[in-house]
Amino acid sequence: MMRVLTIARLTVLEASRRKLLLALALLTLVVIVLTSWGFSRLPTMNGVTPAEVRVAASQLTILVAFMFSGVLALGSTLVAAPSIASDIESGIALAILPRPIRRSEVLIGKWLGLAVLIALYAVLSGVLEMVGIWWATTYLPPNPAAAIVFVAAEGIVLMTLALLLSTRLAPMTGGVIALVLFFVGWIGGIALAIGQTFENNTIINIGVGSRLLIPTDGLWHGAIFYLEPSDFLAAARAAGRVRAGNPFFADSSLPLPYLLWIVGWILTVALLANWSFARRDL
Amino acid sequence: MQRPSTDRNLNPIEAADAASLAVHTQDLAKRYGKTVALSGLTMSVRRAEVFGFLGPNGAGKTTAVKLLVGLARPTAGQAWVLGAPVGDLKTRRRLGYLPELFRYQGWMKASEVLSLHCELAGLPRSEWKAEIAGALETVGLSERADDHVEGFSKGMQQRLGLGVALLGRPELVLLDEPTSALDPVGRHDVREIIRQLKERGTAVFLNSHLLSEVEQVCDRLAVVDRGRVIATGTMSQILGQDGAVRVRVTGLPAAGRASLRTYGNLEDEGEWLTFRGLASERVPELVSEIVRHGGRVYAVEPRHETLEDRFLQLLKEQEA
Repeated sequence: MMRVLTIARLTVLEASRRKLLLALALLTLVVIVLTSWGFSRLPTMNGVTPAEVRVAASQLTILVAFMFSGVLALGSTLVAAPSIASDIESGIALAILPRPIRRSEVLIGKWLGLAVLIALYAVLSGVLEMVGIWWATTYLPPNPAAAIVFVAAEGIVLMTLALLLSTRLAPMTGGVIALVLFFVGWIGGIALAIGQTFENNTIINIGVGSRLLIPTDGLWHGAIFYLEPSDFLAAARAAGRVRAGNPFFADSSLPLPYLLWIVGWILTVALLANWSFARRDL
Repeated sequence: MQRPSTDRNLNPIEAADAASLAVHTQDLAKRYGKTVALSGLTMSVRRAEVFGFLGPNGAGKTTAVKLLVGLARPTAGQAWVLGAPVGDLKTRRRLGYLPELFRYQGWMKASEVLSLHCELAGLPRSEWKAEIAGALETVGLSERADDHVEGFSKGMQQRLGLGVALLGRPELVLLDEPTSALDPVGRHDVREIIRQLKERGTAVFLNSHLLSEVEQVCDRLAVVDRGRVIATGTMSQILGQDGAVRVRVTGLPAAGRASLRTYGNLEDEGEWLTFRGLASERVPELVSEIVRHGGRVYAVEPRHETLEDRFLQLLKEQEA
């Protein structure tokens, strides 16, 4: 366990020393200040009612959450894709792996370090953004904490996938594949919503398949659900087909079997990564 | 982590022998797809000896070292390091390894790299300070302890790598081309470090294609070509007990030259004839024979065969 923590600490330290944390913190602060200022303009618009401000704020909150989930997903991929591959390419792995440390410990340590970074970013940026929105509009989504957890999980799913690819592929290749799968999953989610609205089984199956294969979009919809006020949800449901395919709307929370599937998915991909890394000749 | 082949066909006596050695391999083979990197490597390295592993580029030297430290898995055969199958986690605490092509984290200071390896090697924290100071002192980097590795030259990185390999007083140190990036002073320093390691009872496995380096520090060596050991033994065994003699001759007819082949392996270069494998007490007899065939002898030079001569000869024989 100590060796796992050593590698995890090394991963976090590297992100810090390479100024990744500083750059992310500064950019995120700028974004939060700008969006909070934007939210603060909503109540000052001509003839706007408090109910209208609330609806607008709830929609904008989902869009801002989408931006953060995108940053987290892309960032997780960019950081995880080189984590093993570049250590092998540069020769860092040649110096570390002959030490009394298992490859599985190196892998779990990397995963843990990256997961800590993702969780920290999701929580800090999410909490600050929510405080900014509340300060500007007095609006708060129904369950921001749950939404933050789902956004962080989306990053962890993509990071785990990129880590698996990193055990065999060059950083660039692994990163591109993970991102392509991420966007395929996103489109699959839109297809699922359209299929459900128009009751088309073929499209539903395609959408469900993509959500099972790459659960990032499923998690994104899990996050959306907890950002939607109940009155907005009721109105959206009443709109029926007009809402079809909207990637910023979730009709229900994620069912427990799907949540278990995601946990199993992460475990399976992590085990595959371990199997692949253990068998790689360096 | 990775295990050697489970093909255990050693008898108990052989297994006990393997346990008493620093390194023992038997028919160790490695294949990457269709490419054979190592083909049936059998060798032994004794404890507290400096063992040279010599061979041309692409002979399989680095592959062999990677198999010994568990970075790659053998396709066939078996290997023991310090009495345990290769890859054994506990044994790796007693190993030091300097890879050929490597890099340390550029964002770390030299002292931090050494701290990390103290931690990974499982050294007690109370010993780190002394270990790090000692390693930096040995490789001449004490003044650069707080500098980031990204600012280090290749030679300095190699010195740091050597320092890392020495942490924790390992029982076996595997050095893969340790002087490839070093200047003459650095090479001399490395030779001194290897001698010190030997004095304190550490076995050194020196993988190199620098013949002079091997010749100066190694007790025994193996010459490897195309993944197979083609000669092994002490330096004198490799060079041969008998030396060589060069003789400058004129007026020697072809028939006479042919009859001289009984005196050893003859290299005919016109006026100069070189006889390999000729015992020194037979030199007067050789000269008399040349004179008897009408040859006029101008010079007789005993020639001490260098490792380079022998190495090239071995490769030539292998080629043939």
